[in-house]
Amino acid sequence: MSDNPPRLRHVEHCMGTVFSFDVRGARDPRVRAALDEAVAGLHEVDAVFSTFRADSEISRLGRCELALAECSPEVREVLGLCEDAERRTDGWFTARYEGPGSALDPTGLVKGWAVERAVRTITAAGAGKVCLNGGGDVQLTGGPWRVGIADPLRPGGLATVVEADGELAVATSGPAERGCHILDPRTGAPPAEGAASLTVVCASLTEADTWATAGYAMGGRAREWLEALPDVEAFAVAADGTTWHTTGFGRFVAKLSA
Amino acid sequence: MKKKHPLRRILLSSVTTVSGVVLLLALKPTTAPFTSQAGGPAQQVPPVSAAPSPAGPDPSVPVASDPAGGGGSGGSGGSGGTRDPGKQGGAPARKTVTGDAAQTSYGPVQVKITVEGGRIVSAAAVQAPAGTPTSDQLTATAVPELNQAAVTAQSAQIDTVSGASFTSEGYRKSLQSALDKAGA
Repeated sequence: MSDNPPRLRHVEHCMGTVFSFDVRGARDPRVRAALDEAVAGLHEVDAVFSTFRADSEISRLGRCELALAECSPEVREVLGLCEDAERRTDGWFTARYEGPGSALDPTGLVKGWAVERAVRTITAAGAGKVCLNGGGDVQLTGGPWRVGIADPLRPGGLATVVEADGELAVATSGPAERGCHILDPRTGAPPAEGAASLTVVCASLTEADTWATAGYAMGGRAREWLEALPDVEAFAVAADGTTWHTTGFGRFVAKLSA
Repeated sequence: MKKKHPLRRILLSSVTTVSGVVLLLALKPTTAPFTSQAGGPAQQVPPVSAAPSPAGPDPSVPVASDPAGGGGSGGSGGSGGTRDPGKQGGAPARKTVTGDAAQTSYGPVQVKITVEGGRIVSAAAVQAPAGTPTSDQLTATAVPELNQAAVTAQSAQIDTVSGASFTSEGYRKSLQSALDKAGA
């Protein structure tokens, strides 16, 4: 990659994970200011949506201490997106789950949505090339960028490399380092015949994240379902190390040459 | 402005690499006697150059980073680094950094990496366990494997990594963390 244009990088710990910013061609001080604004925005999102914070709007909403109408517009927007996602995934993505504790958990959608929003904040200040990685899910604009897809069976290894030039999001779902955190909403158990990891590529990270989560929860049915989605491509690594991808995924695979 | 920081970050990367070797060595279930004298017999391992990329149409690209749970036994900080007189605004400076020796159950491991323009261009173990047939054999296979892997990660020229979500804790051991350190 060219190192000539200035490159603004920043790492921020937030929401229990880490956000890595990479902004290219960012000479304008407005871009620097926008990056700070985007970082502050992430922390605001955490304060409002964290299910780990008793005083967050989401927690108070869950305890019925707060009415939806009293919540910030962001909460209404995100819950609307969750409903949308639930409908579009036939219930495979859901912000509601049965069982004790919080009955409302939009966490599965919030991070991707927050990343997308942060990227918009920075591009609005004039930056044309932005890469923001939020805990393994990536929103890109401009480019070219190369995104390594982590090999779930070989820690530290890559399963493939996606190349992007323009608006693109890459979201990967799988059992995280501390075990599976995605459950089949119908059984409450980890997905049957689930992939070791499922990566979804499309324009928006809010959507890519949703499709990846839902597809992962679906297990074996995911491939056919993802194949049918317009403007969405997917790549999966199975537990036995074999991989599959949707027919259009190949155009995103980087040609690796010396 | 902050001249020291990149170097410190690179040192951290090299520590990551060290733990990579530690894991590669630890993966083999063979038991070897402790090499008691620290900095004892050490092998010189030839570095691998960054030029050739073995990657063809095969989308499987091995890269090096600290594999999950990669030990991290010791090896904090670094013992030294050299820096070419890279001029401000000129060609990207080439920096070579040597990490502290990490004590492993097979003996001391020390790694040297060279970074140019924020990318690792070569990685080599300057000290690796030697002395017993087992550790010699492990070193012979593990270290070149690591060197090659680190270089291949560079030839893939990735900007970022997508994977199942990690926590703040897991990030420290992730390839993304290594990329952030190398590029910062």
